[in-house]
Order: sequence, then structure tokens, then C-alpha cells
Amino acid sequence: MIKMSARSDCSKREATLIRTLAVVFALVTVSFFIMILGHNPISVYISMMDGAFGTGYRLLETLRKSVPLIITSIGISLAFRLKFWNIGAEGQIMMGAMGAAFIALNFPQLPAIILLPLMAFTAMISGGIWGLIPAYFKARWKTNETIFTLMMNYIALKFITYLQYGPWKDPAALGFPKIPNFSQNAVLPDIFGLHAGWVIAIILVILSHIFINYTQPGYEIEVVGGSENTGRYAGMNVNKIIILTIFASGSICGLSGMIEASGVNRTLSVEITRGVGYTAIITSWLSYLKAPVIPIVCILFASMIQGGTFIQMAFQIPQSAAQILQGAILFFVLGSEFFIRYKISFVKQNIPEA
Amino acid sequence: MVNISKSFGDVKANDKISFSVKYGEIFALLGENGAGKSTLVNMLSGVYSPDIGEIYVHGQKLRLSSPADSIAAGIGMIHQHFKLIEVMTALENIAIGQEHSFILNKKNIRKKIDDICSKYGFKIDPEKLVRDMSVGEKQTVEILKVLYRGADILILDEPTAVLTPQESERLFDILIRMKEQGCSIILITHKLQEVMEISDRVCVLRHGRVIDTVNTKETTPMELTSMMVGKKVTLSIERPPVKSQEVVLEVRNLSLIDREGIKKLDDVSFKVYSGEILGIAGIAGSGQKELCESIQGIERRKRGEIIFKGENIARLTPRAIFEKGLRISFIPEDRLGMGLVPTMSIVDNVILKDYYMQNGIFLDRTVGEKRAEHIIKMLNVQTPDIYHPVNKLSGGNIQKILLGREIDSNPDFLVTAYPTRGLDIGSAHLIYDELNRQKEKGIGILYVGEDLNILLSLCDRIMVMFEGKIIGTVNAEDATKEEIGLMMLGEKATEVLQ
Amino acid sequence: MDASFFTAAVVAGTPLLYAILGEVITEKAGNLNLGVEGMMLIGAVVGFKVALITQNPWLSLGGAMIAGGIAALIYALLTVSLRANQVVTGLTLTIFGTGFSSFMGKNLMGEVVPDNIKLAFADFPLPLLSHIPVLGQVFFNQGILVYGGYIATILAGLYLYNTQIGLNLRAVGENTAAADAAGIKVSLYKYIHIIIGGVLCGLAGAYLSLVYIPSWQENVTAGRGWIAVALVIFCKWNPYRVLVGAFLFGGLDIIGFRLQKYSFYISQYLIDMLPYLVTIIILIVVSARKSISGLPPANLGDSYFREER
Repeated sequence: MIKMSARSDCSKREATLIRTLAVVFALVTVSFFIMILGHNPISVYISMMDGAFGTGYRLLETLRKSVPLIITSIGISLAFRLKFWNIGAEGQIMMGAMGAAFIALNFPQLPAIILLPLMAFTAMISGGIWGLIPAYFKARWKTNETIFTLMMNYIALKFITYLQYGPWKDPAALGFPKIPNFSQNAVLPDIFGLHAGWVIAIILVILSHIFINYTQPGYEIEVVGGSENTGRYAGMNVNKIIILTIFASGSICGLSGMIEASGVNRTLSVEITRGVGYTAIITSWLSYLKAPVIPIVCILFASMIQGGTFIQMAFQIPQSAAQILQGAILFFVLGSEFFIRYKISFVKQNIPEA
Repeated sequence: MVNISKSFGDVKANDKISFSVKYGEIFALLGENGAGKSTLVNMLSGVYSPDIGEIYVHGQKLRLSSPADSIAAGIGMIHQHFKLIEVMTALENIAIGQEHSFILNKKNIRKKIDDICSKYGFKIDPEKLVRDMSVGEKQTVEILKVLYRGADILILDEPTAVLTPQESERLFDILIRMKEQGCSIILITHKLQEVMEISDRVCVLRHGRVIDTVNTKETTPMELTSMMVGKKVTLSIERPPVKSQEVVLEVRNLSLIDREGIKKLDDVSFKVYSGEILGIAGIAGSGQKELCESIQGIERRKRGEIIFKGENIARLTPRAIFEKGLRISFIPEDRLGMGLVPTMSIVDNVILKDYYMQNGIFLDRTVGEKRAEHIIKMLNVQTPDIYHPVNKLSGGNIQKILLGREIDSNPDFLVTAYPTRGLDIGSAHLIYDELNRQKEKGIGILYVGEDLNILLSLCDRIMVMFEGKIIGTVNAEDATKEEIGLMMLGEKATEVLQ
Repeated sequence: MDASFFTAAVVAGTPLLYAILGEVITEKAGNLNLGVEGMMLIGAVVGFKVALITQNPWLSLGGAMIAGGIAALIYALLTVSLRANQVVTGLTLTIFGTGFSSFMGKNLMGEVVPDNIKLAFADFPLPLLSHIPVLGQVFFNQGILVYGGYIATILAGLYLYNTQIGLNLRAVGENTAAADAAGIKVSLYKYIHIIIGGVLCGLAGAYLSLVYIPSWQENVTAGRGWIAVALVIFCKWNPYRVLVGAFLFGGLDIIGFRLQKYSFYISQYLIDMLPYLVTIIILIVVSARKSISGLPPANLGDSYFREER
């Protein structure tokens, strides 16, 4: 007979071991899947690693993909700390990129030193507002934020599609539905071969760690996230905290949109997010919402995405295999939490004597 | 039950417990909070499974690994916290869990319920929603539920905890009737007089062990008490006299209508004197919670005046009250749901109320660390360290942290709601003593309680609430339980002090 | 607007109908499964693939339903047995399902559903009922899966409100501890109904790829799974109300397309926002109304561990 009981004695080392095992199990499970497809899983994994880190260029590509992931994860984890299930990062990134593009397309001649901060500012405001709307209703009437933020994603997507096919269509593109490229002033400069977004990502990681652990507003977020009633009891303005935090969360996601539009795409398009808003949900959760862990998990995930494009070429395995792998890892880690929280012991069965 | 043991983590809740119950008797399990009574019967009802030991029912050894097994063995459990579904009718609640028929045949079920009702003398409307029922009615549904399943061993866990004395009497009549019909009844309680009044035999538990099983007729309350607590103690609570006639807090015409449009407080007016403990009695949900939250400032929808040290604080938020230098401490009833952040450390919980008074944006925890250490020493809190999350502490220690923080802020007024709920006798008395110490410092205390014996011995005056109204206020010294019980059901008392 | 608009609305509403029903049943067991979108996508791609391989309509549907059920089983394993956070597990299932369908569907681009399968799901008038003026044309001259949707709704309603098992199921969602104490096998009930929910979502996905489109398109669901989750609230967890919610949104789904026909000048992309906007408005209105009826099952979203102290 299997017996379960709650445990409180799980050391940090044990917990890390259990989580690492979970990742290993996920890799093993996906191996079977790869074998069914008729490939050697070990060589697939190796070439994924090779694709992600094999050359300087590939490493740079991996890092390039990890930047938006890190920034968005920082934004999302801020909301998750409040137990506000913001899955609207996708839309917030799009709206951020839209805000940046609005400035970039209308004031292309401004010097970069003014133009770029202005783009970032507009992006943060528009991403923030996209988060603020569901947050307001959540605070006011406890409106379900999960579905709300998700619907906001679709609205943002339709809106960008509308812009791309309508008013912002590039007349020079010969009828091809595309938004014009940004001027050179609106493009983030490179630092050590990678656009400056990585510096912003590092700064954000440090700032958010300090904010959550060592400041009063950070403490308030922890209290309200832990128990809204206790926050109210302590005299906090819970609604204000929710609204401001989610605004901040949305702005950070919006900033990530600006960086992608300016640093990578150099324009706005419906494909701007490449699913980062959803992947970042996984990475923030896997990082336990802890800012210092986020870059590690995100680089790992970016390497899977980058490695995924590589195996597509090498093995004709569709790139979305990376997505399956990511999902599987999160499934296993979610399941492994159980073994951290509960103790499983096997007890000799008492057989009833009739 | 033979040699039953059960541990939770490192805590041994039951250690080699054995007892037997005969047909047609009322068997009392007596012990203070934390003695292991509930754990024990939860094993009988299949909610927990024992680590070791055997259970025999009707002479057969059984393994009760789920409530279904236990029900099949004829054991019926009436939990202290009712296991009822609020949005369903009595009938639906009674019919839950049956799998004999595919179609839900309400006519048959109703007939069967009627039969049981007439056999034992219950009165119930099967179509009434549990949501709309009084506590007494809910308990009736619980009892019907187990009888409907044909249980002949009934276990009642602290059944009178939420009942008025009158309702308790009615329950005892029914229990005696069941006993006469041949049912075995296990009554779990920590109230001595109930044991003396109704049981045939009594088994006393302490620290998870059986101390002794005796025939009720051959024992005395004194003897049982010393078995229960382990040493000869006087379980009386001191009541220092009220010294001053100065009013600390006055509530005038306080009314409150909640979000659903229900009147929770109805024209409530009263005064609390300095150095006085004013008790509030009433069946659960009579407006106690709303009253406490109104005084503390969380509840914002109220009408009326709350005069505290000469100022009307009815319109102020908790923080605004705090900033005026007025200290109202509040120990809410659900300590992990309000008052503490369960996942946070002791230090972070201790600074909850005044962290924002610090200058700048950063948070300084050194003050909190000192205060946490002080509270731990003052109230003898058992914890590995000051950065331990509070939800990993035991109930008594959690309550001490909360009480410690609230007292440590040197309050002028203290609101407490069920501060000893779920605590063992030792911790409970520590808290009563602490309340008395605060009282002697001249603080006004509002004490919301459920155990009338405690209310009568701790408080100076007792105010009885019913449906948001104050039915009356009595002097604890010369009031009786029966009198308060009647008032809790809404009957006006003859003697009303104001 | 003519009757054909309403006929088309019923068709567009049918995948929603199955998905909402599935989620209602899941939520009645106290589990909030946000993986509807993922399970629908899995059902859509598996159904389509089986259709191409076997050319058999019923095997395709069966395959989609089994795939949806297996996806739900993963969710059940994590949330019921391993007590993982329901919101995150559901989200992961959606992300996983999206990846899975795009992975499997990579080589299906541009493929079309075989004709015999199209034929099997084609419209046919029901005797007598289809002669009812207007209503007959709208509701009773449809494909077999639309009729299946009506039947599923009625069965679900009878099951929940008129059977003993249905009563037990509602008890599990409302008060898991009480249900457990009453001897109900809580985990078994949760597993079964979560899987039933997944099966229905798989069917909903297959309807999209096999009947509604009917060729392979990446991301065929386009957020319908999420709308379904939202409509559960609108339908107040009552299967009979699902009919209203599903067909209302079926109408919204196609209104943009229709309006174009009337050369109504608004960008199609803006009109496409309508279902999402209306979903948001419904969420707000439902949450703002101070009503005590139509509340979610009280223990929705909570993990249950019997020995928790």
C-alpha cells in the first residue's frame, strides 16, 4: 500500500535533485517520441546542442532569442507573484511593439538618442495599458483575468493584422502586406555583436530581484499575492497594488516588444512575438518566479528553440518539436513538485481477514 | 480499536490507542484540543488510515482505507465542520454518495427520509437549501445523512460546539433515543459536563495516549479533569475587576449592508470601558465578523459612528486610524486567511502593519528581526528560526505570532475573534492570561467567543448578537448559560443593561 | 439577415458547443482545465491525420476523441494524483497541444478531407422536424454532428441533474471533502469526467478540421478553446444554457464574413475582433452582477488531499 504524507523536511539540494530528475525524465520521454519518428534521440539531442551552442554565430542566435524571453519572464513573474494569471504577455508584447513602431514610423529623423528612449517609453505605456485593462476589472469585480488577458492577445493580434494590411501597409512593397522598415535611427545599436537588448535584460533581472526582496512595494506585492485579505487588514490599498503591478508587468512585456521590433525585426509584423508570450509563462514558472533563475531557464529554452530550427534542417523534424519538448519538461517538473511537497512511503499491506 | 498509531510528519498524534464500544451505549472520548481525538475518529471514518493497529467492527477485522469502507461497515461520522453542500437541498445532501440506482428517484428518497424522521423524531424540510439553514438544522441533515446509509455506529465530533444550550439539549434527547434503538454512539468532546450528563462510559485521551476508560457513574468531573490535563489544575480563568469607568470605544447606530444586499449589522450601539473585556456571544454568522472588521476599519460599507478616544473613526481606513496614533489591534477568526501571510516568514509577518512608516523605498528588516525574537521569547513560540514560514508552524504557535504582533504594538483597544480556536488547553490559557494582562493595563477588549463557559468566566459583560442586532447585554457574573442561549436564538432577555 | 445566416451560425457554434460541454463537465468535478484550446488542436490534427490514412469518418472522429481523452488524462494525472497547480497545468497543456498540432500538421498543409468523409458529415433534413417553419431550416437541416451536439447537450443535462452519479459529481465539485466523507471515490470521479471533457474537446477540434474548414490549416481553433472556457461562465455551468451560448457565438464568429457580403465598409480584421470583445464584455458583466445563482462549483481549482491538516 502506498502512503502519502505532507513533508516539510525537503532540503534545497533534494528539491533541486528532484527537479533535475524531472527534466531528465522529460528528455527520456521525448526520446521515445523521436524514436517513433525513426531518429536516434541521442544524435538529435546532440545536434540540438550543436545547433544552439556549436559556433559563435549559433550561440549569438541563442542569446538573441533568449533576450525577449528573459524580459517577458520578468514581466510575467511580477504578475504571477500577485497570483494574477497574466497570460496576456503575447498581446502586451505586440502592443508594445506597435507603440514603438508608431514613434519609429512617424519620427524617423529624430536622433537615436531621443528616438529610442521615446520608442521604449511609448512601448511601455501601450503594453502597460494592455495589462491595465484586465487588471482594473480584476480589482473592481474580480473578473477572470486568465481569459480576459488571453482575449486581449487575440484583439491585439487582429489589430496588428489590421494595421499591417490596412493603414500602415508599406506602399513601396508593391501590394505585399508589410509595414515599412524602421529608419536606422530607430534600430537598437549592437553591443559586442548583439543588440543592446541584452544589457536591458540584465539590468531588469537585477532591478526586479532588488525590487521584490528589498523594497516596500515589493513587499506589498508579496503580501497581497500571499493573502489579499491580509493586505487589506494591514491597510494596504489592494486594488491600487494590483493595478499598478499589472501595469508594470505589461510595460515590461511591452518593452520586450519594442526591443524585438527595433533590435531584431526592424519593423512591426504579426509574427513579432513568435510565441514568446506563451513560452515565457513556462519559463517564469520553471524559475519559480525568482529573477536570478530566470536567465538560466530562458537561455536553456532559447537553446531548445534555436536547436529546434537546426534539427529541422538536419533531420527534417519540424521546429515545433522544441515546443513539445518544452511542454513535456514543464509537465514533468509540475508533477515532480508533488514529490517535494509529499513523502511517499510504501507500507506493508494489512490484509483484512474475513 | 486495538493499538492504533498515527503520525503526521514527526508528530505522533495517536500512540497505541485501544478501546471498545458496546452496542447501545453512548461512549465519550474526552480530551483537550490536540489530544488526538479527531485523528482517532477520522481513522474510524476512513478519512485517515492508521500507520499501525487494527480496527474491529461487529467482531470483524476491517481495513478502513476510505470513507466508503467505513460507511459500508455501518459507521457514520458527523464532523465538527459540517460536510454539507451549501447550494444543494437537504434531500440532495442526504442522497449524495449512493450508487445503488442510476436514476435519481427523489420520491423514494423523500419517503425514506420521512421514515427515519418519524422513527427518531426529527423535523426537516427536505427541499430546503442548506445555505438557508440554521446550524441546528444543518446538524440534523448530517445526522440524517448517516442514518439514511443505515449506520448503527455514530460518531459525533464536538457536536455542541456550535449549538446553543437549548439546541444541545434537543440533540441529547435524540442521541438517547438512538441509543434506545440499539445504536452505538461515540461522542467526542472536551466538555466535562456533557460527558457527565449523557455518556455511559468515558475514555480519556491525552497527548495521543489513552489514560483510562471508566464508567461515567463511577467518576467525578474532578477526576476526569486531572486525567485530561495530566496534573491537578484549576481550570478557572481569573477575572480581575474593572477599575475605571472611562469609555474607550463607543459604537453608535452602526449598520452594514453587504454586497448581496443583506443586512449584516442592524443599528448596533454599545460602549466598551477601559480595562474591560466585553464578550460577544451569538450563533455563527450573527454579525460578529462584520462588527470586528468595521471597528478595525477594513469594512468600508458601514453607516453609523465609532467613537474611539473622542474621535469618530467610522470613515477611516485601518492605515488612517494607525496614522492618527490610535492603536486598534485585531485578531481575526481565520488567522491564515486574514492577519498573516501564510507563506511568509515570521519576520515579514511581524512588520506587516508598520513597514510603510520606514523612510525611503527600501525595506529594513532589522527592526522586524528584533521584534520577532522578542515575541518568540515573550510567548514561548516553538520555531526553528525567525525566518521560518508561518504556515509551517503549528496552530498554537501561529496564533502566538499573531497575538504577539498585535499586543507588541501597544494597542489601546484589542478586538479578538475566537483567539483560542483549535488550540490545546495550555496554549489557550496562556492566551487568556495574556488578555487579562492587557486588560489590567487598561486596554478595552472585545472578545468574540463561542464557548459560553469561557465567555462567562473571562468576560466582564457579554453582549449577545442575533441577525446583526444586539439582543441584549448581561453581566457575566450573574448570567446563566441558558439565559444567553435563549438570547442567541433571538429571544429578548428581561434584564438588559446598557 | 436571412435564415441561412442562422443556419451557418449553428454550424459555427457546434465546435464551441462540444468544447463548452466538455469544460462544464470537467469543472463540475472541481477541475478548471485551461487546456481546452490544446485538446481541441490535438483532436483536430489527429482526426485529420486518421481521416487521410483510413478514409473512414468514424475512425477519424474516434481517433480525435481518444487523442483528446489522452491529453486530458495527462492533465488529470498531474492535477488529481500529483496535485499540480490547475491553472499552470492547463496552460501547459494548451502550449503542448499547440506544438503537437503544428508538429503533426507540418506535412498536412493544403491537404483536403476525403470526399466520402465530407459526405458522411453532410447535411440531411430530419423528418417532420425540418418542416417547422424557419426553425426547421436553421436547426434540423444539418449534419449528423450538429444533431449529435443537441443529443450530447440533453444527455449531459439529464446526467447532471437527474442521475445519482450526476448528483455525486456535483458534490465533488462543490465540496470535495464532503463528497469524500460521503464515500464518493473522488479521484475516480475527477479522472472520468476530466477525460470525458477531453474527449468532447477532441471531438470539437475534429469538427473544425474535418467538417467546418474542411482542409488542414495551422491553428484551426483560433482561440475558440479559450472562448469556450469563458462561455462556461456565461452558461452558468448549466448544459442546457450551453446551446444558447454556443450558437450566439457561432453567429459572432461568422458575422464579419457575412457583413462583407453586404458591402458594409469596416475592415474584416476589426470585425474579427468581435467574438473576443464580446467574450470580454460577458466576463465583465457576469462578474459585476451581484447574483448568488450561477456561481462556479465552490471547490473549482482546488487540489484535494484527504489527510491534509
